[in-house]
Amino acid sequence: MEKVITADKLTKKFGDFTAVNAISFEVYKGEIFGFLGANGAGKTTAMRILSGLSYPSSGKAMVAGFDVYEASEEIKKNIGYMSQKFSLYENLTVKENIRFFGGIYGLGRKELKTASEQLIERLQLGPEVNKLVGSLPLGWKQKIAFSVAILHQPKVVFLDEPTGGVDPITRRQFWELIYEASEQGITAFVTTHYMDEAEYCDRVSIMVDGAIAALDSPLKLKQQFNAASMDAVFLQLARGAKRSD
Amino acid sequence: MRNIKFMLRKEFRQVFRNKAILRMILAMPVIQLILIPLAADYEVKNINIAVVDNDVSAYSRRLTEKIKSSGIFKLSDYGQNYNAALKTVGQSKSDLILSIEPGFEKNLIRERSAKVHIAADAVNGIKAGLGAAYAQQIIADFNAEIVKELAAGTEQKFPVTVSSALRYNPYVNYYLFMVPGILVMLVTMVGSFLSALNIVAEKEIGTMEQINVSPLKKHEFILGKLIPFWVLGMLSITIGMSIAYLFYGILPAGSFLVIYSYAALYLLAVLGVGLLLSTFAENQQQATLFAFFILMVFILMSGLYTPVDSMPEWAQWISAFNPPRYFIKLIRAVYIKGSGFNDLGHEFLVTAAFALVFNILAIFSYNKRG
Repeated sequence: MEKVITADKLTKKFGDFTAVNAISFEVYKGEIFGFLGANGAGKTTAMRILSGLSYPSSGKAMVAGFDVYEASEEIKKNIGYMSQKFSLYENLTVKENIRFFGGIYGLGRKELKTASEQLIERLQLGPEVNKLVGSLPLGWKQKIAFSVAILHQPKVVFLDEPTGGVDPITRRQFWELIYEASEQGITAFVTTHYMDEAEYCDRVSIMVDGAIAALDSPLKLKQQFNAASMDAVFLQLARGAKRSD
Repeated sequence: MRNIKFMLRKEFRQVFRNKAILRMILAMPVIQLILIPLAADYEVKNINIAVVDNDVSAYSRRLTEKIKSSGIFKLSDYGQNYNAALKTVGQSKSDLILSIEPGFEKNLIRERSAKVHIAADAVNGIKAGLGAAYAQQIIADFNAEIVKELAAGTEQKFPVTVSSALRYNPYVNYYLFMVPGILVMLVTMVGSFLSALNIVAEKEIGTMEQINVSPLKKHEFILGKLIPFWVLGMLSITIGMSIAYLFYGILPAGSFLVIYSYAALYLLAVLGVGLLLSTFAENQQQATLFAFFILMVFILMSGLYTPVDSMPEWAQWISAFNPPRYFIKLIRAVYIKGSGFNDLGHEFLVTAAFALVFNILAIFSYNKRG
């Protein structure tokens, strides 16, 4: 299988503090990879390195076929990114957001047109496309933000707690969008605090104190830890954690 | 280039949808230009003077009358007791005491000299200084009249007379001096602070991070941010100059071309300041506090209210690194004297250097990443 992300002893230190401690893993094309861990475990730092926002202190990482040290600009062209904190420009309409983000990811006029038509159809947007994003409910915003993040057909999309604060029905719909993207070959790299969402992933890694404590499919992890749910697996691992915030 | 186009389209849309920014651009020049010159007027009038007349003679009354009718002073107290007059100063009813000695008239006639004493309440230094100076002038005038009268018939002349002519602003039109200066502050605010707040807002709402993971280059982002505020700055100076003409009837004696060419360069410099500011501030509150501090320095060190030449040397050095100082000097020279490019090479050069240094510093500190 084609590897989209490889991390080899990836480490990030801030002074004496080792935020990410020699983590190694691989993520395959089209996979939905859950990146779990308690607050302060080092998830965000790792994700920032992989998305080209920060350099590692040591170790190697390749994303979409490019080295994070040498080709962060190439990486940026081939990834999508969406976080809970941000969802589009609120004082632009949905259409204007699509045009802006599509534009800076290098989509041509025709590509932009077809991509935005597909997006509108997939999300069944009607007159909402001409409304300011700020006037839409949060669930809508997150779904649109995700669709905009994969507008340029990236190899990987990084999702940082994408469903925070969203109701269960919308979360469900949101995950359907992730599945759809994965079927098109877009790898999803997701962090979440919802353990039911961890069950939706193909494989899950759990970080404890900067290191990866477990990595496998949800089914195998449950067998391995002799637990009934991912929730129980997570609690077993995270309870041993020494640092938290 | 294509990315800059997308950035500009987005920025202009956002700016024109932001009612607060539009209000600032349109309403700020109107309010500032109309209110500030009217309120911050240097001409000191209505100085309250207490006269202590210990002579009570024809001459002393004549001097009192002369002061009263000058149009500058208002007689707040008249009497024979210095302490009583001093009390009115304590009560803030009088700003100045003129005390006339006993034997004023006698001495004046016999010895051709007499003494008066002026005491000024220096809590308000400007009022005290100017008041004392005005009073001295009136007394000197009075002096001359008396000398002339006493020497009547002998055709005595003063050996030296001073005549002065005020050049360029013959009627000492205060607005001609103040309005262009305030215009500079307006442009400075639009260029440096609105732009800084705008960039910091993106940090605050998190879209900055989204931009940072996108292929959009730093310089494309920066240009996309700065160009709209450059345009807004040019717009605000245009609005400001229109108000100066419509409301005060003020037009530059020199050419608009000089002002616009300089403003174009000046905006690059203050946009650099704004960009630098935005790299230091994490959120809009911080940016506002920084801006407030910088604005105070900008205004007080610029020569807007107090001439740079009368500052102590160390303050003049600080002011040499203050961009508004150069714009204020230039715009006053163009408005009042009609100076042209040839006279203002220094200002253009220094400002170009500012633009270069501030923007290089800003881009340098912007490029950092963890």
